[in-house]
Amino acid sequence: MNIQTNMQNYAGRSLVDRAMRGLTVVATALAIIPLFLIIGYVLIVGGAALNLDFFTQTYQPPVAVGSEAIDPATGLPIDSTLSGSGAIDPATGLPIDPSTAGSSEEQPDLSQVEARGGVLHGIVGTLMITIAALLISLPIGIMAGIFLAEYPDTPFNTFIRFCCDVLSGAPSIVIGVVGFTLLVQTTRTYSGVAGAIALTFLMVPTIARTTEEILKLVPNATREAAMAMGAPMWYATLTVVVPTALSGIVTGALLAFARGAGETAPLLLTIQGNSNLSFSLFEPLAALPLLTYKYIESPFPAENQLAWGTAFVLMMLVLGVNLLVRITTARIKKG
Amino acid sequence: MANIQATSPKPTGWAHRLQHGDLFFWLLTLFFALVIIGLVVAVGVVTYNGSAEARAEYGTSFLTQSDWNPIETDLYQPSYGAWPAIRGTLLSSLIALLLAAPTGIAIGIFLSELCPLRLRALLGFTVELLAAIPSVIYGLWGVAVFSPWFTNAIANPLATSIGQFIPWLAGPIAVSRGLAVTGVILAIMILPTIAAITRDVLQAVPNHQRDVMLALGSTRWEVIWLSVLPYSRAGIIGGVMLGLGRALGETMAATMLIGNSTRIEESIFYPATTAAALVASELPNSNSTMHESALIYLALVLFGITLILNLAARYLVWQTSRGPAGARA
Repeated sequence: MNIQTNMQNYAGRSLVDRAMRGLTVVATALAIIPLFLIIGYVLIVGGAALNLDFFTQTYQPPVAVGSEAIDPATGLPIDSTLSGSGAIDPATGLPIDPSTAGSSEEQPDLSQVEARGGVLHGIVGTLMITIAALLISLPIGIMAGIFLAEYPDTPFNTFIRFCCDVLSGAPSIVIGVVGFTLLVQTTRTYSGVAGAIALTFLMVPTIARTTEEILKLVPNATREAAMAMGAPMWYATLTVVVPTALSGIVTGALLAFARGAGETAPLLLTIQGNSNLSFSLFEPLAALPLLTYKYIESPFPAENQLAWGTAFVLMMLVLGVNLLVRITTARIKKG
Repeated sequence: MANIQATSPKPTGWAHRLQHGDLFFWLLTLFFALVIIGLVVAVGVVTYNGSAEARAEYGTSFLTQSDWNPIETDLYQPSYGAWPAIRGTLLSSLIALLLAAPTGIAIGIFLSELCPLRLRALLGFTVELLAAIPSVIYGLWGVAVFSPWFTNAIANPLATSIGQFIPWLAGPIAVSRGLAVTGVILAIMILPTIAAITRDVLQAVPNHQRDVMLALGSTRWEVIWLSVLPYSRAGIIGGVMLGLGRALGETMAATMLIGNSTRIEESIFYPATTAAALVASELPNSNSTMHESALIYLALVLFGITLILNLAARYLVWQTSRGPAGARA
């Protein structure tokens, strides 16, 4: 360190100091600009796409191609090819979006078509799959979190933590591949269950780690007090420690829910998508992020609008959960 | 008071531990902890088994062969060489890293060292929010808003000016999807990872490191550059590696933006593909078991890479936040 020599050039050093400090401010601004742009676009463009139909209708083709195929009474879509999954066109090797496959019979006035239909099927699908995944992940995550926090810290615990990091750091497509080979191929059908189990892989580590961290915030005196009353450790943990940390555990579950609801790649390979409203976890289901992916690639501006609307709903979910988490954690830390 | 004794003889060993259900509860939580290990093992085993056919056929040359042609025609046998996907993955992640690493580290420095305390929590939350946005929304924004702008404002001017002389910046740009725009979006996506870890690592630097430098008369920046950053270097590298891992495995944004072309083009403005994008776009309707196996092989490779990156990065971050680097160096 050549501070001695630098001393002679205080003006220069001070200039460097200002310049570099200024650069860090610029960098921070650079990160915040895209955030506001993304949120802004989704809120404005997506918000404009919302109406009552958006939440209460399922998919309707933007134009009546082969009108005999649409039942005007129920508004049911023509066939399931529209729900095809993202793919490369095998003939040309070009990237072809899923939705053109069934609806490519061009109509002259595509750009004029109004948005029709809604994403009720996607909302229902996302809720069903994510809640199912949450029901599977919660016991695993919470119990593993208790194991990590309440029992002596051994290298084995470090290994489990590492496994959590691996799972949450694993590319989501890899989890999709696992769901695909493990469930879709063996049962020979895309299904909501396969999607839920794939999401479990991603939600468990989040829940386990937040549970662990929040349990560690519970003061030891609480545990000692319970045990001094004669409670065995498991009883103290379940009836005193966990309830004390409950709001934090709920926070973790909410974060996992938000993450699961936004995941696309695992669902792409496991639930396939469905243009109809379906309440069965054992059938192909639709999900909001899949609809965003599918509709933005569509040649119909009307469907692109649906994509933005879907993104709006997803964004609201994510922002809402994160704000809620923020408020809850602030309250816990205050004590 | 030395000889206080229990009124009844206590059961010892296993019986004692079983008495109040504590052992049972421990076993129960242990079981669920083992489930987590099981999930990791499941990912490894499933991708390993699923790729058996492709591994037997191609071995490691799979990664370096440059023909990806899953279509069987009269003239051509289908061939599966992953190089276009590997190359696209590496290049897009490299672009992302070049942009995000300096920016992310600078944000981390600002948040930890320079930011007014009142702003710190708010800004930290804002940056973390970037990490919470689902990747499909990045893809949507990228496709609909960013990539048209990027093509007009940056890619085209570059391609028509210096792109004339530098082949990897060459145009003409026919579609607004390609390696470069994917790299930029990936950079935005991995920024919060790098920034958050840099911030955490810097905050773990003990204050006397800063005090000593200040006492010697150095400027704020010199404190950071000469004292704080060297102390936390390993942790910052770890954060960058975690960001890299995220960029390598990012699926949706890449699938939507990169153009999914398995041809190798020299220019970064042309469509390409990444390993994750290739799997996402081809696995749901693969042509043959070999095609499927090759795609799962790609997933296995991705998983292996992110596993190693995670291991190294966690080690570095852990090492920095634990021990004094000064003592080691």
